[in-house]
Amino acid sequence: MGLPITAREYSWTHADRDAPAVGPLDLEITAGERVLVLGRSGAGKSTLLHALAGVLPDESGEATGELLVGNAPPDPRRGGSGLVLQDPESQVIFSRVGDDVAFGMENLGLPAEVIESRIPGSLAALGLDLPLDHPTAALSGGQKQRLALAGIHAMSPEVIILDEPTANIDPDSAAEVRDSVLSVQTAASATMVIVEHRAGLWLDHVDRVIVLGPHGLLAQGPPKRIFSDRSLSEALIDCGIWMPHGSETTSGGGLSPTAEAAICSSPGDGRGDVLLRAAGLAVGRPRAKAPVAAGIDLAVRAGEAVGIVGPNGAGKSTTALTLAGLLPEFAGRVTAEAALRGESKHARPFAWPSALLAPRIGMVFQEPAHQFLTSGVAAELSLGPRLAGWSDAEVDDRVVQLLDVLGLQVLAEAHPQSLSGGEKRRLSVAAMLAPRPQVLIVDEPTFGQDALTWAGLVELFVDALDRGSAVVAVSHDHAFLDAIGARRVDLGAFSTSSTARAGAGERGE
Amino acid sequence: MEDPGQLIPVVRSTALVRCNPLTKITMALILMIGALLSIDVVSAGVVLAFSLLGLPATGLDLAATIRRLWFLPAGALLAAWGTAILAEKTGEVVIDFGPLLMTSDSLAAAAAIFVRVLALAIPLIVLVSTIDPRDLADALIQHLRLPEVVVISVLAASRLLGLLVSEWQVLAMARRARGVAGGSLVRRTRSLFGAVFVLLVVSIRRATTLAMAMEGRAFGRSGRTWRRRSSFAVRDVAAVVHSLVVCGTAIGAAHVLGVWNPIIG
Repeated sequence: MGLPITAREYSWTHADRDAPAVGPLDLEITAGERVLVLGRSGAGKSTLLHALAGVLPDESGEATGELLVGNAPPDPRRGGSGLVLQDPESQVIFSRVGDDVAFGMENLGLPAEVIESRIPGSLAALGLDLPLDHPTAALSGGQKQRLALAGIHAMSPEVIILDEPTANIDPDSAAEVRDSVLSVQTAASATMVIVEHRAGLWLDHVDRVIVLGPHGLLAQGPPKRIFSDRSLSEALIDCGIWMPHGSETTSGGGLSPTAEAAICSSPGDGRGDVLLRAAGLAVGRPRAKAPVAAGIDLAVRAGEAVGIVGPNGAGKSTTALTLAGLLPEFAGRVTAEAALRGESKHARPFAWPSALLAPRIGMVFQEPAHQFLTSGVAAELSLGPRLAGWSDAEVDDRVVQLLDVLGLQVLAEAHPQSLSGGEKRRLSVAAMLAPRPQVLIVDEPTFGQDALTWAGLVELFVDALDRGSAVVAVSHDHAFLDAIGARRVDLGAFSTSSTARAGAGERGE
Repeated sequence: MEDPGQLIPVVRSTALVRCNPLTKITMALILMIGALLSIDVVSAGVVLAFSLLGLPATGLDLAATIRRLWFLPAGALLAAWGTAILAEKTGEVVIDFGPLLMTSDSLAAAAAIFVRVLALAIPLIVLVSTIDPRDLADALIQHLRLPEVVVISVLAASRLLGLLVSEWQVLAMARRARGVAGGSLVRRTRSLFGAVFVLLVVSIRRATTLAMAMEGRAFGRSGRTWRRRSSFAVRDVAAVVHSLVVCGTAIGAAHVLGVWNPIIG
């Protein structure tokens, strides 16, 4: 049976910031209620979830007011709650899949036989068809997210707290993952609090929507009322809330005219020069004995957008890294054509030195924190153009423009590593876009974005395409791929893993 | 399926691989004692020879072992070089080249150091590489009664340590993509420090998130249970007996050949 959640004038302020990250807010969530939390990127949604789960470290900030789960302050040691965090990479606990799913159940003190019997079911419910001793380090980002959810599924907690649970899941199985979560919620009549930017998936399945504004609660109520209230819709749009009605691509509300124009025109009309070509390409991680995907033939033209799609674990990220000249080809060849190669004597981007590679092919990694090299947001943005030899005035203009489009002005001096998940993502994309590389390869560029920041990103990509850059985007976000006019390459068809292929086949029907 | 988090991948499941982790640690300690007590080529040589001959039984990927452990002979050679120049210059002069003076005794001491460093390091590293950290945690908690919160925290942290290798590779790629890799030696060095710092920041962040994720799944609650029981079998006894015999042989051989040179006394 679920527990009620009560907040009275509750707020939380990070130790190194002046304004509270959350609140102050008042909340009454009844036992067994399903709640969706919305709010702009950086509004403190994740912090609120951490507070509800009782995992905010005491020394990292200060709380005021009162927050109760059941009739006591949240305490994870009571064992009633299950939390899945935003970053799937950081929450794998053990090195084997089976042990990882068992972790929560072991903590709850379930007998070994019960634990053993529940593991396969929970893995299957989240679509992870893997042996129990499969190493967790070999999982893709999406698979890690499924694994964390499987751990919660097996625990069957009284309070389920999920931070963007389907953000890394391929859209074709997101509904399935959602239903697995809902089945746990229903079976235990658990109270469920979810943060998800793309509300559409959950709207028909939650009792209440809570909208976090810059100063506490902006609105709350049943989803139908929140989204049909005309007086509210403007405030929601201003806050970057994804409006669920209307077509996906224009629902952003804040979508700029340039982006709208891009949807109508088709940049990928195939007239640009071929910049990058893959022939018979097989990709795999270093030291791997078998490729994850093979037989990829692809030509990327100037001004063209290519979307690499496919189920979790199909090798999308590995393909992106290989195309970017960062991983050696497992087999086959990635070649830069004359227009991209310039004066370089090597045709393979992998053979280029770093200084030659960076101005030609920019790569945005799945994990943004890896790419930050400086101690300030503005410095991060100016680094690329400066290395590319831009003048100071040009660099400054570019930085101001990027900060503005992405809503990062107030954070210009903040340390990149101190940003929220969505902000980091934007910064890593902008830092790569800054020097205008000829080919941009991006891995999940829109993760954790609200409608406004999403539109800002689209604008930047459309601008890059207009200037003749090519964009290769690994993304589950079809609205984004549509907005930049990307043609799709489905890696499921090239994947060497049987589950990924089966997934692709099902979708083909 | 190979685990990218491992230092050296285990590719075959042998009897030794299936031994209890505590057995493997005991073996490593016994073998180390055989090489530790005396500075001579014979005792260390016996232990080293056994360790090398026993490598196939560890089920480790031998090619990967060599690739990952190349620094051991290199380091041992360095230690031996130091010994050869600095040890007491008794016995015949072998090399006399300006300030460089090596004698038969100093070279013998150097050889002993070389073999000894390898004999101490290889069994430990190789045996530890075959330990699944989860099995070790199970054994430490269930047999040695160590506090479970501490052991599991260390276990989870050690997985992050293993990830540092792949994390470093991603960082190297990220720096290359941003155009700051390569260049002059000064720039490379600066770049290296920058990368180390990012690695540190990323690791700390990751550790904090991991701690939250663990707490978020009820970690720290009393009355934890265990999915697997850690147990001992006949093979564990056999493994320990084997290492005892090697240790005895090493010490015995050094005495018989009259090269016993104890570190104490």
